[in-house]
Amino acid sequence: MSLFTDPRWGEALSHLADYLGNHVRVSLAALALGLAVSLPLAILTRNRPAPRGILLALASIVQTVPGLALLALFYPLLLLAASVTLAWFGVSFSAFGFLPAMLALALYSMLPVLRNGITGLNGIDPALIEAAKGVGMTARQSLVMVELPLALPVMMAGIRTAAVWVIGTATLSTPIGQTSLGNYIFAGLQTQNWVFVLFGCLASALLALAVDQLLGLIESGLRHRSRLRSGLGAAGIAALVAATLVPTMGRSSSGYVVGAKTFAEQYVLSALMRDRLQAAGLSATARSGLGSSVIFEALKAGDIDLCVDYSGTLWANQLHRTDIKPRAELVAELKTELAKQNITLLGELGFENAYALVMPRKRAEALGIRTITDLAAHASTLSIAGDYEFFSRPEWAALQKAYGLQFRAQRQMQPDFMYAAVASGEVDVIAGYTSDGLIAKYDLVTLDDPKHAIPPYDAILLLAPKRAGDEQLKTALQPLLGKIDIATMREANLRASGNDANSSPDAVAKWLWEKVGKR
Amino acid sequence: MPAKLAISYHEVTKSFGSLTAVDGVSLDIADGEFLAIVGGSGSGKTTLLRLANRLIEADGGTITVEGEDVRNVDPVALRRRIGYVFQSGGLFPHLSVADNIGITPKLLGEPAAAIAGRVDELLELVQLDRASHRDRLPEALSGGQRQRVGVARALAAKPRIVLMDEPFGALDPLTRDALGEDFRDLHRKLGLTSVMITHDMTEAILLADRIAVMRGGRLLAQGTAAELSSSSDDYVLELLRTPRRQVERLNTLLPKSGAA
Repeated sequence: MSLFTDPRWGEALSHLADYLGNHVRVSLAALALGLAVSLPLAILTRNRPAPRGILLALASIVQTVPGLALLALFYPLLLLAASVTLAWFGVSFSAFGFLPAMLALALYSMLPVLRNGITGLNGIDPALIEAAKGVGMTARQSLVMVELPLALPVMMAGIRTAAVWVIGTATLSTPIGQTSLGNYIFAGLQTQNWVFVLFGCLASALLALAVDQLLGLIESGLRHRSRLRSGLGAAGIAALVAATLVPTMGRSSSGYVVGAKTFAEQYVLSALMRDRLQAAGLSATARSGLGSSVIFEALKAGDIDLCVDYSGTLWANQLHRTDIKPRAELVAELKTELAKQNITLLGELGFENAYALVMPRKRAEALGIRTITDLAAHASTLSIAGDYEFFSRPEWAALQKAYGLQFRAQRQMQPDFMYAAVASGEVDVIAGYTSDGLIAKYDLVTLDDPKHAIPPYDAILLLAPKRAGDEQLKTALQPLLGKIDIATMREANLRASGNDANSSPDAVAKWLWEKVGKR
Repeated sequence: MPAKLAISYHEVTKSFGSLTAVDGVSLDIADGEFLAIVGGSGSGKTTLLRLANRLIEADGGTITVEGEDVRNVDPVALRRRIGYVFQSGGLFPHLSVADNIGITPKLLGEPAAAIAGRVDELLELVQLDRASHRDRLPEALSGGQRQRVGVARALAAKPRIVLMDEPFGALDPLTRDALGEDFRDLHRKLGLTSVMITHDMTEAILLADRIAVMRGGRLLAQGTAAELSSSSDDYVLELLRTPRRQVERLNTLLPKSGAA
């Protein structure tokens, strides 16, 4: 199938109004806030070298923090702030999505605005400031009538840089729950849907380019005192903002929000649940690409209404338990514990997605490795790869402790690249997922865990506190409980990892429903 | 002659750090007088001028403008009633000629129509063509035109006193001569008190009624050109020698034209 006739372009296009509108909205708000804070600061410090130096140094430090890290940092900060306001004033706010993304991006936009503001104001010929004083201007009149107009072109250049940075960095706000053009990129990367990745890159690049050119036109108009050019640029920006925001305005944000983490299985399951809710006549949207810890907090706060998580993950990360229990017992105890936080554990989907140490079958046979105990004897000469969170999870500590595992090297990888890496021999062992279809595809084996260091990971359906008594919702989800066995989920995941039209989460979710719906 | 005083400096001092820019200067400028302050760079002449409208504050001594101690006058109000012509114009590059000229009346809150009329009047007064210059930006003007706009701006709020900081220094000799003469006429016609800073004794002699000579922050001598020539100060005599030598050389080199 040709790249250009691929139906996934159409699917990508169907999300454009939503993703682009949200992208522009958060970028615009961040830029407005960044300007509102940094322009007055630039003006206030223009004749004060000491605070000016401190301010620029602070802004530069912020700039050295990677965009993704800055965005990630704002989520726990706001969670903390929300719990404080709840305790002190009895009001709380959502630490999810728009607010953390906007604040982080606003902070990110401050350096160019501050730097150019200060440069512009300090670069004015002192003779002109003297002349302003000499003709009888007050300090304020001098600022408004002479200094700001003269500094405006340089300031505008800073605003332009900030706008391009913010639009680019906003693609990273997907994992903290803010819908953006990054949704294409994160979803595409996780499900090996290169059409989505390409579409997301093109869309955000085009947006940044258009904004850069239009702001450039305003800047050039200001520099050459051409009202026509500035006017055209401003009209262009206004038209762009209107065209991207209007289609998403007035859309009700009510309805159910289905959360999904950052890997293919979660994209498929969230699409499946959304389809079930819609089939039951409920309005529902999927909010995917959320960080693993973000999703549980978002559920607890009611920012999302439902999601699929895994029993062992919550056991270790939320309950901080290190003991291991059989599957059913663990789920039962988890259900009681979650109920204390008003979260409903509706039930198991039927399959388990456990962490497992995985090797190529031939390699394992050649080395005589069947279990993790066998592996431990060879570990010092082997390398291991895991996803971004594995090595900081308690399961890894438990594995190391139980088997005395000491590998030659350990690496972190994008989950979907790990399997190819271990199949090609780039790493020797990976911490894979038992439900992953790639295990069969690449002829890999999962090693036995005779000491039961890794807890069971039943896929479980969770509901937010505010949905605890929602019978309509529970009825709509009922047909999914206990219906998805490991073989079916593996096949679904394998389909999702393909790079063709049938591999989009929506398409796989439909396939999955056809398989399990009649059961 | 106890004429009314426009500006009076009494024992005025001003230092910048360890540098004494103005050192105990006393100087009276009579109403209607055209005074030139002559001196080299670093002589304190510019500082002395700026003390009068409080662009710089004095450390010691007393300065009065039209009989009032400047310390008792709001500096912004003081500057609005004293015209000031800046070296090389000091025009605001983002404002049109008309907006530059009308700035002080605008700050004083005069109605727009009155300002527009005043701008036209002033353009005529400084001999700039109204239609072709009114809406231009300063960058589109020649040096001489810019300085004419600078003079018009200084006169816009109808001041009785005009201070000028080397107003014609950067211009070519012909423009400079024409502009100097034109200003001299304006000074007379409008009954102004004018104080001009220059490093050029010839210009001072040709334009001013009286000359004050400064060096190292001190006032060395003051008086008409004739009075200065009987000074006992070597520096003052040296300054006067240059125009004399130039006149003699010009007389021998140039054949006298016209009248015998």
